[in-house]
Amino acid sequence: MRRIISILMENEPGALSRVVGLFSQRGYNIETLTVAPTEDNTLSRLTLTTFGDDRTIERITKHLNKLIEVVKLVDLTEGSHIERELMLIKVKATGAQRAEVKRTVDIFRGQIVDVTSSVYTVQLTGASDKLDAFINAIGETQVLEVVRSGVSGISRGEKVLSI
Amino acid sequence: MEKLSGAEMLIRALQDEGVEHLFGYPGGAVLHIYDAIFQQDKVQHILVRHEQAATHAADGYARATGKPGVVLVTSGPGATNAVTGIATAYMDSIPMVVVSGQVRSDWIGDDAFQETDMVGICRPIVKHSFMVRRTEDIPEIVRKAFYIATTGRPGPVLIDIPKDKTAPQVKLPYEFPKKVKMRSYTPVARGHSGQIRKAVEELMKAKRPVIYAGGGVVSGNASELLTAVAHRLGFPVTNTLMGLGCFPYNDKQFVGMLGMHGTYEANMVMHNADLIMAVGARFDDRATNDASKYCPGATIIHIDVDPATISKNVRADVPIVGPVQQVLEDMLGMLDEHGGQPDQKALGRWWEEIEGWRKVHGLRFEVNEDGLMKPQQVVQALHRVTKGDAYVTSDVGQHQMFAAQFYGFDKPRRWINSGGLGTMGFGLPAAMGVQLAFPDATVACVTGEGSIQMNIQELSTCLQYGLPIKIININNQALGMVRQWQDMQYGGRHSSSYMESLPDFVKLAESYGHVGIKVDRFEDLEGAMEKAFSLKDRLVFMDIYVDPTEHVYPMQIADGAMRDMWLSKTERT
Ligand SMILES: Cc1ncc(C[n+]2csc(CCOP(=O)(O)OP(=O)(O)O)c2C)c(N)n1
Ligand SMILES: [Mg+2]
Repeated sequence: MRRIISILMENEPGALSRVVGLFSQRGYNIETLTVAPTEDNTLSRLTLTTFGDDRTIERITKHLNKLIEVVKLVDLTEGSHIERELMLIKVKATGAQRAEVKRTVDIFRGQIVDVTSSVYTVQLTGASDKLDAFINAIGETQVLEVVRSGVSGISRGEKVLSI
Repeated sequence: MEKLSGAEMLIRALQDEGVEHLFGYPGGAVLHIYDAIFQQDKVQHILVRHEQAATHAADGYARATGKPGVVLVTSGPGATNAVTGIATAYMDSIPMVVVSGQVRSDWIGDDAFQETDMVGICRPIVKHSFMVRRTEDIPEIVRKAFYIATTGRPGPVLIDIPKDKTAPQVKLPYEFPKKVKMRSYTPVARGHSGQIRKAVEELMKAKRPVIYAGGGVVSGNASELLTAVAHRLGFPVTNTLMGLGCFPYNDKQFVGMLGMHGTYEANMVMHNADLIMAVGARFDDRATNDASKYCPGATIIHIDVDPATISKNVRADVPIVGPVQQVLEDMLGMLDEHGGQPDQKALGRWWEEIEGWRKVHGLRFEVNEDGLMKPQQVVQALHRVTKGDAYVTSDVGQHQMFAAQFYGFDKPRRWINSGGLGTMGFGLPAAMGVQLAFPDATVACVTGEGSIQMNIQELSTCLQYGLPIKIININNQALGMVRQWQDMQYGGRHSSSYMESLPDFVKLAESYGHVGIKVDRFEDLEGAMEKAFSLKDRLVFMDIYVDPTEHVYPMQIADGAMRDMWLSKTERT
């Protein structure tokens, strides 16, 4: 199962490499990874997605919790949550395709953020499956370049991950 | 406030931590530190002959005393030489602080002379690591390093210090922090009382119970409590290789070590148990055999200070995360409160069954009537001559298993071996650490002619510091354990497992300034050993020739259950 693990950790050199190293060391996979400082600049928020059964995820979270720099973590997929990913994508937009691409962008509530005579650069946010669906709808042959930010997430309601 | 250089701060902080011995080896990146060591006399520096030995010596010191072992090495090759010892300590959860020198901070990343990314190299084999970025942080980093190394599940911590941070010109105010506070590190202080109560209920219901105690009982200083709980319940007790000594070998409830080379009765008890209480043990593959066939009928209570260990290899039914000492203490209280007894009739039947198993094998081995002595006889003689009261370090191989099976430990912290990593070359330097910690104690290093040569240079260190270790070299002229596997699994093809060019160990010991004794007949063994151990202030190297064809039994059959064992070269279960 796909899981979103969100980690609050000390904003210190080396902390990120310990998290990433743990995954390779113990044979787990990281699908996406984003990390940036929070409003408290001594803390970073790291969000990663991974695949695993309950047992594997339990092991991963236990090992992550053991890392000295990890302050707190949550498996967002355990409760209701909001998940977002940002994608910048360059697509071919020539001839009849131009209008078609524009329509698809509108349907997905994306924005065209840069234009040339043959290329649209589109910005799209949403859950990862929405971004996948957009790529499918455009058709892979039209796609020139894809940049995705990886998943960020936050719990719904009053639950917060803070110290 | 007093002003100190970074190097002085480091040494002062070690003093403030109560460090008495520092095992190390100098080099360019740590010369400021060595100069600071020279100008004080509270921390004694022990100059080894190879950095690996510094880590093993610190490790042996830590295992014997329970206090953290401390190491100092230079950057580059000094640091990488220490890696095996750090990994050894990590696998066995030994508290250790390793200080490695680093090139000047403005040279880091330039492939400078003797630069290696020690923090990077060690990431998977340390509990935590620090890179010193500001000189003024040194006292706090040292304090944190010791705190992390010694609390929770202990382990090695690395402090990497660039040379410029120790420079004598820069003097800054020194203050040793009274307290450490780390918002991201709070080891569990107490096991959950509801869980302990649940465990007590299970213990009372059990009909075929066993207590499976590991190294966590030793490192958690919980041997007495474990023994009290076991006596209160009347259950059989087995130990892992790391747990030996946490329950007395001569107690009638002891069924011996379990696992790959465990006793027949211990492995049978485990396989047939309906309740296993694991205390400070981690269900390592050498102790479980095939985990999917593991103890099919057992409810499992698992007590450990490390949550990540629980249900890692084998699912626990009643997990209890907490310091074993506190958990066992609470458990004892709850047992008293409960006032009841486990099912005595069932327990009686269980013990009858166990007595039957004890008769099946009982660690038997055949003695050569006239001919070479058996390695087991050497360990038995060692027990007799030392009256079972020695610190016994060991290397890795058949001799290690024979020592574990035959010495008999009745106290914790007496059996000192590399269980998790299985590091050949551990025994002699570890013995140095033990002997330094306890100068008057009897310290024996049970080794093999293969392992001893991995750190033989330390004979020189032993001379320098007058360490009267007794080396019991069980010489089978072979990498015996490798050869045993080749006999059993590779049709007897002894690929690179024997040694045709052994040195004369007696002369070798003598040239290092020690006493060497060669024994090749059983009738000379005990007399020679008596003589060796009577030389209280000398290191004696006993080179003891044994039957090279001997195997270690029982031996669990790979991919089988706990009960699947070879009992001799021809019998299996
Ligand atoms: C550093 C290291 N290298 C290789 C091994 C693999 N190994 C395990 S036991 C063994 C043989 C040990 O020989 P010896 O010290 O003579 O002990 P014996 O088994 O003969 O008693 C070897 C090579 C190891 N454990 N450690
Ligand atoms: Mg040998």
